[in-house]
Amino acid sequence: MSAALVRAFNAAICLLLLFMPFWMGAIGGYTELATRIVVMGLAAMSLNFLLGFTGVLSFGHAAYFGLGAYGAAMAIKYLGAGTIPAIGLGTVVATVAAMIIGALIVRLRGVYFAMVTIAFGQVFYFIAFRWNALTGGDDGLTGWHRLPIDFGFARLDIFQNDKAFYYFALAIFAICVGAMAKLLDSPFGRSLIAIRENERRARFLGVPIEWHVWFSFVISCLFVSVAGALYALLNNFTDPRALRFDLSGNFVIMAVLGGMRSFWGPLIGAAIFVALQDYVSSHTQNWMSVIGLVFVLVVRFFPRGVLGMLRSGAKA
Amino acid sequence: MARRMSQVVLFNVFNGLIVGAFYALMALGLSLILNLSGVINFAHGGFLALGAYLAYTLIPYIGFWGALILAPPLTAALGLVIEWLLIRPLYGKDPLYSLLLTFGLAYIFEDVTRLIWGAQSVPFQVPAWLMTSLSSQYFFLTGYRVFMMIIVAAAVGGLFAVLKYTRLGMRIRAGTRDLDTVSTLGVNVRVLRSLNFGIGIYMAGLAGVLAAGLLGLSPTIGANLIMPSFVAIIVGGLGSLLGTLLGGLMIGVASGLAAVYFPSATEAVIYVMMGLVLLVRPRGLLGEEGRVH
Repeated sequence: MSAALVRAFNAAICLLLLFMPFWMGAIGGYTELATRIVVMGLAAMSLNFLLGFTGVLSFGHAAYFGLGAYGAAMAIKYLGAGTIPAIGLGTVVATVAAMIIGALIVRLRGVYFAMVTIAFGQVFYFIAFRWNALTGGDDGLTGWHRLPIDFGFARLDIFQNDKAFYYFALAIFAICVGAMAKLLDSPFGRSLIAIRENERRARFLGVPIEWHVWFSFVISCLFVSVAGALYALLNNFTDPRALRFDLSGNFVIMAVLGGMRSFWGPLIGAAIFVALQDYVSSHTQNWMSVIGLVFVLVVRFFPRGVLGMLRSGAKA
Repeated sequence: MARRMSQVVLFNVFNGLIVGAFYALMALGLSLILNLSGVINFAHGGFLALGAYLAYTLIPYIGFWGALILAPPLTAALGLVIEWLLIRPLYGKDPLYSLLLTFGLAYIFEDVTRLIWGAQSVPFQVPAWLMTSLSSQYFFLTGYRVFMMIIVAAAVGGLFAVLKYTRLGMRIRAGTRDLDTVSTLGVNVRVLRSLNFGIGIYMAGLAGVLAAGLLGLSPTIGANLIMPSFVAIIVGGLGSLLGTLLGGLMIGVASGLAAVYFPSATEAVIYVMMGLVLLVRPRGLLGEEGRVH
């Protein structure tokens, strides 16, 4: 794509996001759905930092998403933290966990990496499931809600006003996505892409592979945990399903569905997936079959995702 | 008192061995498919549930023994159809795609199982004489548990014998190391992969029938058993079937013991074990050097 086309595309995405609560209603959606798309989009884009741009297959990102969610929810419920410190705490907890687990798995690759990340994800699921006193167990963590944000000079009521919460989430989304774009554009980001393209060559060129993969894993988990914290705030609730492996799979399919070789692809994939899930689960009991079918169809017919198809269409 | 305690421990170790045998039976099938074709079959748990429900449906007509014999090959037959239709085109591609496809299949399996047989768990009848206890002192030694151990041992022994002594087994083992060479030597790799997949699914079906007799039958039975099977493979070492067997038994016993001393960590303990193994020996206990990269 030419530079002008890229700029136009970026501008279009920004405009669509900026006015989503307003056009969402016209096509049968609602503000909360728009917020969910932004949050899940952030999660899928964070995963794609590792999956699409470093070429490492993680299938356990729900663990860090859920840790962010529980961290934020528990900070509000037990510590009486404000909204922003709560998000911060959730992110710190998840990032520390990612640092430790990342160090254990950084030398593994391919299917093995995928399997180990899936399996490790389940530890946190079982902890949340079993530790009733603290986490509420299977019923989830209730009895708290997000709080209005006081900036001193102004007060943003994100609790009562769901449009205000949408723009709050969008602002955080913009910060995280901007940071990821900046990182990918730096020499560090170029090294990650070099690892994806040819790990052996990158190693010969002197790129410290393990260190780069570890760092990419941690960054990816950090941003996915921010998404998790926002998700808990959105629902005023979190439960062990925010940590479970099926959510990890959903993140991966969002990235693939939108196009994991493109920066915005996962956001588009998340929008399609979340809207579809919302529609299907309100129309049929058998939404699992439909979602499963989406997985099968995407793999068989759109392996390069929506943006990948558009791009090859533009080339032809 | 001491004696009662030791009995409790013994009970849980034995229980752990049985659960571990399930994990191993399931993980061996997963491992076979993974080693030869590089596919992580996430739908393995779905096949296990299918085997169990097929047996449940067949029992009123052909009895427990008939179902035990017939349900696993029926499951394997369905596995072959799915392999032929959906998985075969993905061989040699990024493992991401086969993982996503089988992940989607797992969703569909669970939902269809629920649709056909209902969301509630259903009772699974095994012959009454198998349910009696063999020893008054060791009350937990019911006939069914011992019987299950024998069947699992026979299945595992049979698998290893096939791999070691038959032409098919030799080809599978060779293909695991270097599929291109095997292909060059004139072996039909497509058929080899299909048969291998079929054997793996047969093991899943068999595990399903046996598990249903012990744990009861519900649509999530497969989803609950698949994660520990992954852990069994990782602990035992990728590429080593013996390692997978060992890994399965070890994590079974570990969670059995945790159930005595640390009940709330019954599930988490196997992941801690996995972390420790990865820390000291990233390729797993019996994993071959160089396979993990």
